[in-house]
Amino acid sequence: MDYRISDSPAGPRREDILPATTAAAVKVVIVGGFGVGKTTLVGTVSEIRPLTTEETMTQAGVGVDDLAGIEQKIETTVAMDFGRISINEQLVLYLFGTPGQERFWFLWDGLFEGALGAVVLLDTRRLEVSYEVVDLLEERGVPFVVAVNSFPGAPVHPMPELRAAMDLPDEVPVFPCDARDRISCRDALMTLMRYLYTLANRSPEPR
Amino acid sequence: MSKPERAWDPGNPDRLYILTSTSDGTGKEVRIDLVTLIVSRTEGDPGLQPEHCAIARMCDYPLSVAEISAYLTLPVSTVTVLLKDLLSRELVEARPPVPVATVPDTRLLEAVMHGLQNL
Ligand SMILES: Nc1nc2c(ncn2[C@@H]2O[C@H](COP(=O)(O)OP(=O)(O)OP(=O)(O)O)[C@@H](O)[C@H]2O)c(=O)[nH]1
Ligand SMILES: [Mg+2]
Repeated sequence: MDYRISDSPAGPRREDILPATTAAAVKVVIVGGFGVGKTTLVGTVSEIRPLTTEETMTQAGVGVDDLAGIEQKIETTVAMDFGRISINEQLVLYLFGTPGQERFWFLWDGLFEGALGAVVLLDTRRLEVSYEVVDLLEERGVPFVVAVNSFPGAPVHPMPELRAAMDLPDEVPVFPCDARDRISCRDALMTLMRYLYTLANRSPEPR
Repeated sequence: MSKPERAWDPGNPDRLYILTSTSDGTGKEVRIDLVTLIVSRTEGDPGLQPEHCAIARMCDYPLSVAEISAYLTLPVSTVTVLLKDLLSRELVEARPPVPVATVPDTRLLEAVMHGLQNL
């Protein structure tokens, strides 16, 4: 017999359905440069197969020499991977992996709005990408921790040296992480939560 | 070769994922965020377009706007427009994200840590 549903509707697989009691969500953003392991991290801890959401953006071109001043429109699709962790019957956590390259910064406003915080994935082969990421997060007041991915052949720096190189405040946790390892990724998220917890206890009157 | 990257001006973008407000049938303000959870209130409605129907069908249990966008392979902004229609016709319900202050609530953090422990 053929059990295949011919008109299979789009939607979550049965095992990916959230309980009806789920009342609200929170989000955490994973940021880092190209190829640093964002998608891997999201996939490692997500309870669902990681999904991709995208957005098309149209923007007037600037600095483009155009004929007779006709405004140029540039259209680009920006994709973001995300995953999900059910916290309890009422609460669900979403993880969004977003590129840290400068030209994607425009994405960040709504994404970070209401986010608990961020995990910065640091690639020791390309520290410069992370400088910008860290600056931006500090500017926007988004709390973050720094997870250092170790790739074969990448320069190995002791954590204090990395902290100094990145000019990170003493309080910001910096720790090694393997994005392919579930426990390591879980611990990275846990470190972020503990850090947020200390921040929360330090300032009893949040804005 | 021209470099399209040069044409971007990160300082003055059309922002994405911006919180969009809409109002549901009761006139209550509803924020649509990437992680707003959507739940259907109906099995379907004859007057609905296929995309509306698809959303109503897949949201018989709570589903985030991001997941709806991924399953329909539609941009978030398109999904947001479709959801506004559905919300104003009271065909779906929106459950807004937990509001997060500059410093998150410690009880919320405890719950998240507890959940992560079980991962
Ligand atoms: N050694 C090592 N390799 C990793 C780690 N994390 C990811 N990788 C590998 O690095 C490659 C890139 O990982 P992705 O997860 O695709 O990186 P990404 O940040 O999502 O990349 P983009 O989306 O292209 O920017 C893959 O081949 C991964 O298997 C890690 O922690 N250690
Ligand atoms: Mg990726």
